[in-house]
Amino acid sequence: MRLAILTSRIRVEERLLIDALRQRAIAFDIVDDGELLLDLSHPDERWREYDAVLCRSMSQSRGLAMLHVLEHWGVRVYNPATVTATCNDKLLTTLALLRAGIPTPHTMLAFDSQVAMKGMDMLSYPVVLKPTSGSWGRLLARINDRDAAEAVLEHRETLGSYQHHIHYIQEYIAKPQRDIRAFVVGERTICAIYRTSEHWVTNTARGAVASNCPVTPELDSLCMRAAHAVGGGILAIDVLEDERRGLLVNEINATMEFRNSIAPTGVDIPNAMLDYVLGCVQEEAVR
Amino acid sequence: MAHCPECEAAITVQGLLVGEITYCPDCNAELEVLRLEPPAVALAPQVEEDWGE
Repeated sequence: MRLAILTSRIRVEERLLIDALRQRAIAFDIVDDGELLLDLSHPDERWREYDAVLCRSMSQSRGLAMLHVLEHWGVRVYNPATVTATCNDKLLTTLALLRAGIPTPHTMLAFDSQVAMKGMDMLSYPVVLKPTSGSWGRLLARINDRDAAEAVLEHRETLGSYQHHIHYIQEYIAKPQRDIRAFVVGERTICAIYRTSEHWVTNTARGAVASNCPVTPELDSLCMRAAHAVGGGILAIDVLEDERRGLLVNEINATMEFRNSIAPTGVDIPNAMLDYVLGCVQEEAVR
Repeated sequence: MAHCPECEAAITVQGLLVGEITYCPDCNAELEVLRLEPPAVALAPQVEEDWGE
């Protein structure tokens, strides 16, 4: 058994995975995505030495490109390219959730700022404007009224790249100063945390505090459905609590961070990830 | 022993991996390990637009 971990840099999460691999005496290589040169028509034999490649690239575009190439070359990867592509794009995630009938915040899409304003009026303020790609709560805007909408949309259209001209607009969910992040590994929701913050953005990258969230049958069922909707694998599901509608799936992350979630949940997330990857490899080997 | 490019404090890379992120004990600059032998660190790259989970 030999694995590769594809990285952009080694964060706490990658370090924990590496420590877990060493404890299990599993051979592995760390591959820096910045050093790669790929001749697409000539697969590098080096990749065939790996039973699986775990993509932990912090760069979503590099990671996804590598997943496509490795799959093309017949290398087993986690998560698969289609799953990662769907999760990296909030529009594709929303469409996958809607297709599967999974409750999610009401979302509108527009390409022109004046039309986007109409959508915001229809959703009624406040609304949340997001880039379709991006992470860690970056460039999210809670727009409380038309004046703010005009300003933010003008900034996006003037200063943003073409990707910021796709206006992904969501209803604002008045959540109880927290959201839920649930970790799905294969066919189980292994644990979940509440992310609590006085700020409306409740990412731990933005200072939210993590505490244990019990995995109820309702949460488990919702998260498993959401995971299946995007193709399954190793996923972090962000869930909002709506007073009227209950749990709503907001976003899904395919290259999840988990450093703040091990202590409050008591769950060894990196080892659970490895159990899943090694289990899949072994299952494939006996077929 | 490596040195912090920001404040020149001594930085130990023992037990770290190439590519791993560490912090300067003096100025708290975020550093990336470039090399273990001889030890070398650089200021860690700034967050790019497509970085994330």
